[in-house]
Amino acid sequence: MKPSRVPFVTLVIVLVFLYLPIAFLVMNSCNTSRFASKWGGFSLRWYERLFERQDIIAALGNSLKIATAASIISMVLGTAAAFALERHRSRLQDAHRLLITVPLVLPDILMGMSLLLLFVSLGVSLNLITITVAHVTFCLSYVALVVQARLQDFDFNTVEAARDLGATKLQAFVKVTLPLLAPGILAGGLLAFTLSIDDYVITYFVKGPGSDTLPTLVYSMIKKSKDLPVINALSSLMLAATFIVVAVSQRLTRPTPIRD
Amino acid sequence: MFVLVPMVIIFAIAFRPALPAGGIGTGWSLNAIRALADPSYPALFGRTLWTSALTTIACIAISLPVAFAMARLSPVWRARALLLVIVPFWTNFVIRVFAWQQILHAEGYLAEGLRFLHLVGENERLLGNLTAVVIVSVYTYLPFAILPLFAAAEKFDFGLLDAARDLGAKPLRAFLAVFIPGIRQGVVTAVLVVFIPMLGSYVIPDMVGGTGTQMVGNKIAQRNFTDRNLPEAAALSGALALLVLAPMFLRRKGKQS
Repeated sequence: MKPSRVPFVTLVIVLVFLYLPIAFLVMNSCNTSRFASKWGGFSLRWYERLFERQDIIAALGNSLKIATAASIISMVLGTAAAFALERHRSRLQDAHRLLITVPLVLPDILMGMSLLLLFVSLGVSLNLITITVAHVTFCLSYVALVVQARLQDFDFNTVEAARDLGATKLQAFVKVTLPLLAPGILAGGLLAFTLSIDDYVITYFVKGPGSDTLPTLVYSMIKKSKDLPVINALSSLMLAATFIVVAVSQRLTRPTPIRD
Repeated sequence: MFVLVPMVIIFAIAFRPALPAGGIGTGWSLNAIRALADPSYPALFGRTLWTSALTTIACIAISLPVAFAMARLSPVWRARALLLVIVPFWTNFVIRVFAWQQILHAEGYLAEGLRFLHLVGENERLLGNLTAVVIVSVYTYLPFAILPLFAAAEKFDFGLLDAARDLGAKPLRAFLAVFIPGIRQGVVTAVLVVFIPMLGSYVIPDMVGGTGTQMVGNKIAQRNFTDRNLPEAAALSGALALLVLAPMFLRRKGKQS
């Protein structure tokens, strides 16, 4: 019997639906007209304007600093968490697993709010460091999940073998475990990097005055309806960067071919 | 030892998001809790639930056939389709909502086209209403719904559908009576991963909604940043957290029994 065409058509429509706004944005970034609705001809003037904006450059710098720090810290902690989850199973681990997975589904606003309250009650002043800590909190869970997926097909016999051949625990870890897990850890780190760069809600709650990241700056520009075409240009560049990162992480997460 | 020390740190960090109503220092009072009795709040929570439910239903309804179609593709195309679904999910959220704001703008092509077709009135706006919020929310959460459904559909034995048809079921009936129950677990996950984050939605109603579409998230932000009333914002967050955690615990209970 001929299968129904309906599901396939829906798939195509959904893909178009997913990409249309993105295409629209990129198209508008090259639009001469100030108004998104009218096509005034092709130009790159908004891109030029973009690079004249000092605040955007500064926010980009902040975003990059935070994302780098957050992804490195969550790579270390996330890997440790994945090990703990994979190697030790007990009732405590169930609670641990729950704590790792809750941030994945908890609404951002609750994370932001609770972190803000935590910082306020600790009397910490809000700055780039608090943003970084906040980002580590949610990136960690993602890194742990990615690394744990890798650990599931990890052959711990290799570590045993290294130990039998006289390697110390540290040596075995650095020379055997880490290189084998590196692709997974890096993929988790890249994921953390993109999540950190993209985050708006949590950052908005824990950022102090004057420490804008790119998303919070863009948001306030949108709210004030200021320089909207410049945001289009900026968005297009950010989209391009995201696509590159996705492409790289795709290569990393691809399962490694089995070697003899 | 190597495992234990980081574990303690992780416990400490992972615990943070679980403490939404932490004390704020200057003594204790029930004022913030009492403020929850504000008559506008039941409506606010009701609206939040309604908007989230609408979005979830729409997402699932769209994702089911998509997951079905994806699972039936050849492995190469399946991987490509999957990547295509995931990529928008990695692009910046604020930017995507901004794109929608421009698309739905009163002087945009869409509004003009609809006006030309007399589908919307001359002064009707596409932004600032529930429809806009739901459309943009569906757009945002669609990949979240597609992924678990696809993961479940991939494991589904499509031979069962053929069997259903051989026994005389029409395609739609086979889809509803065999396919959907077959991927039940995926449906439950999809509902949770759309519905729960939706409850805390803040950016979308803020950007494409209006005063009539405010959700709990907007109120929390407003209490926080406009009124500078942290305890009240915390009380609201606590209420929202209860709302969010309830379905999660229900699910755990359901799994255990």
